[in-house]
Amino acid sequence: MLEYITNYLNSNLTPGQAGNIFWAVVYILLIFAGVSAAVILMNWGERKALAHMQVRLGPMRVGPHGLLQPFADALKLLLKEDIAPSEADKMVFWVAPLIVVVTAFTTFIVVPFGQTHAVTDMNIGILFMLGVSSLGVLGIVTAGWASNSHFPLMGGLRSSAQMVSYEIAMGLAVISAVLMTSFSGVGPFGVGGEGTGSGTLSMIGIVQAQQAQHVWFVFKLFPLGLIAFGIFAIAMVAETNRAPFDLPEAESELVAGFHTEYSGFRWSLFFLAEYAAMVAVSSIAVTLWLGGWLRPFTYWLSGSGWDTAFSLFPGLTFLVLAGFTFFNTVRMPKHPALKIQTVGLGVFGAILGVVGLLLFVPGVRERIQDIYWFSIKVAVFMYLYIWYRGTFPRYRFDQLMKLGWKVLLPVGFGVLIATGLIGLSDQLLEWVKGVMHWA
Amino acid sequence: MTDVTKSTTSFYEEDTGKTGTFLDANELILNMGPQHPSTHGVLRVILKLDGEKVLGTECIIGYLHRGVEKIAENRTYTMFNPYVDRMDYVAAVSNGLGYCEAVEKLLNIEAPPRANYIRVILTELNRIASHQLWLGTHALDIGAITPLFYTFRDREEILKIYEKFCGARLTTHAFRIGGCSYETYDGFEDNVKKFVKFVTPKIDEYEELLTTNRIWVERTKGVGILSGPDAIALGVTGPVLRAAGVKWDLRKAQPYACYKEFDFEIPIGENGDTYDRYLVRIAEMRQSLRIISQAVEKIPDGPIMAKVPKVIKPPVGEIYHSIEAPKGELGYFIVSDGSTQPYRVRVRPPSFVNLQALDKMVRGMLVADVVAVIGTLDIVLGEVDR
Repeated sequence: MLEYITNYLNSNLTPGQAGNIFWAVVYILLIFAGVSAAVILMNWGERKALAHMQVRLGPMRVGPHGLLQPFADALKLLLKEDIAPSEADKMVFWVAPLIVVVTAFTTFIVVPFGQTHAVTDMNIGILFMLGVSSLGVLGIVTAGWASNSHFPLMGGLRSSAQMVSYEIAMGLAVISAVLMTSFSGVGPFGVGGEGTGSGTLSMIGIVQAQQAQHVWFVFKLFPLGLIAFGIFAIAMVAETNRAPFDLPEAESELVAGFHTEYSGFRWSLFFLAEYAAMVAVSSIAVTLWLGGWLRPFTYWLSGSGWDTAFSLFPGLTFLVLAGFTFFNTVRMPKHPALKIQTVGLGVFGAILGVVGLLLFVPGVRERIQDIYWFSIKVAVFMYLYIWYRGTFPRYRFDQLMKLGWKVLLPVGFGVLIATGLIGLSDQLLEWVKGVMHWA
Repeated sequence: MTDVTKSTTSFYEEDTGKTGTFLDANELILNMGPQHPSTHGVLRVILKLDGEKVLGTECIIGYLHRGVEKIAENRTYTMFNPYVDRMDYVAAVSNGLGYCEAVEKLLNIEAPPRANYIRVILTELNRIASHQLWLGTHALDIGAITPLFYTFRDREEILKIYEKFCGARLTTHAFRIGGCSYETYDGFEDNVKKFVKFVTPKIDEYEELLTTNRIWVERTKGVGILSGPDAIALGVTGPVLRAAGVKWDLRKAQPYACYKEFDFEIPIGENGDTYDRYLVRIAEMRQSLRIISQAVEKIPDGPIMAKVPKVIKPPVGEIYHSIEAPKGELGYFIVSDGSTQPYRVRVRPPSFVNLQALDKMVRGMLVADVVAVIGTLDIVLGEVDR
């Protein structure tokens, strides 16, 4: 039994590939906990960052700098009375949030947090991910419909149209990235070579292709990769119903859109699912275009010295965070009522510091750095989500559709075709030569 | 107004002129408000929708009715003065100015020059405050949440000046019949000058966020168009009228207080759409700043109260006096029977009249536009319902 557990640690495979159920379960639990923690962190971070953009402070009362606010909110939501409208379709009303939350979390099965840090590696990974995350719209539509109320109904209708439209543009962008995996040349413009390109749909395979080509796909065939990435980056905001595409839950128009009638725990499931979905689509973007778990400059700054240098980043990040926390602990107003908060903030900083120091330990360092780079890249997207929300007004429904169908879709097709033609350039050249010869 | 819920002919038939059945299943009656995030208070709008398209609207008002006009009949002229602040609580100073000037006209007295200057400074500050609040909430309705906090931050400086001047921030009751009840506090002029200096770049900041923002332009251009003739026919006034290209501002057309003495322009729009109304209001804020800085420079010394009898007993007669409130023409019609209490007071509130244009502006548009148009009309329900 022990062998069954320890043998896996020496292998270079994901638990799913190794067929190791124990580690698969551990990974699932870890990912569930990690994503939930990310949602909590995101909740706090969004409120703080948005507040500072809007010249306010955000949560400040529950815990030092409002650090415990998400927990207080979660507790409040769990304790609230569970209300279902009397005219609602109870069964569907009950199932809808479950569909949304289950699909949002299921996508994480194939997300590669590192070379071996994924529950499993499917050969149709990206397809699975897009498919499952698209199922989430089902929950939103049923939630809107089952509430038996006008605002949720309109929210549900909006979201179904919106998500279906943007999935197409999203799919086109994804295909062009997948096409790039089949190139075997090295560098931003290398496409030819001796047919060693992998041509894979597997999430891990896509990152490995970027590693093999020494380039993140966002820079591949510049500007094609960048445009495809841009299309995806826009479509993923629409896909997760976030500002400026938050029409299904447009507060000023539809009160709260599809979840108007939901409260308490059920509502918190929608909330959880929304943020989990944001992390999920950001993971796709990171995996497909930003090199997934790869550290920056794997090619230019290669060698064991650089490897070691870059592996210090996780610990340094935590130490910087700890230093920042200590700085704020010192800055706390000296007031007896704030004593507990000051101590709490100090302890929080100490925990961050200890974690930072632990991350310097050689064995840990190597295992953790993949996850670190992946998380950092996802975090950038999370920040962008907050930034969009603080900056943009909301699109109108017809304008949203216009953008999806008349701008993103044609551009997506163009990028796909151009990528394909360049990929086939050698054969095309041969063919042209053949034609010339024949003529 | 027709009752959309009970009309026998559908709006589809009215609008298109087509006969035959427009499947009822395609029409949705949506009750927006009185509890809704963006109806600016307790406005209830019944929308008749075809999917997202608006076929017709009906406004139900009266949820904030307090009978201000009836109360006036049981109060003396002086006692009624604070009540008018509660109508358009966003622009309380303008309300007070209109009422005081109307009663002064009835009494045939005139406020002294210094009082008039103070009145102009405070009402123009109020116009800026009102437009700032409008801009914040309007942008919030369209989905931009950040401008709200910026405008509230800057509006706070105006409220601070009010607080120092008369002790109140919102319902100020700053003026009395015959002048002002308070002399300005020490450093009033400096504070106002500092405010002008402070807020000028802030208005650029709002513009930076919105004016060239693609989404903002798409959401407001061509939305809720109200042509000049339509606006006049509906009796719409204020920035909504001026955005339609009609140059009508009571400050120039029938100058009151001491507006004659200032150099300012009336910004007008071209298309009468939501974007033009936005630009007009932004330009109006700048013009108000211009008036304020001129007024602070030349504010004269002298008394702040005219000779007003202890007991105000206007002669028998009636008066209609109107001023340019931030939202449009605010008129007071006062009938005096020679007693200490008005026989009848009737207020012509700009919000109430402007709200009539809602149906015309949103027919055929989308639900999101209804919210944008309600925002751009800049209604305050306290004034609509009174």
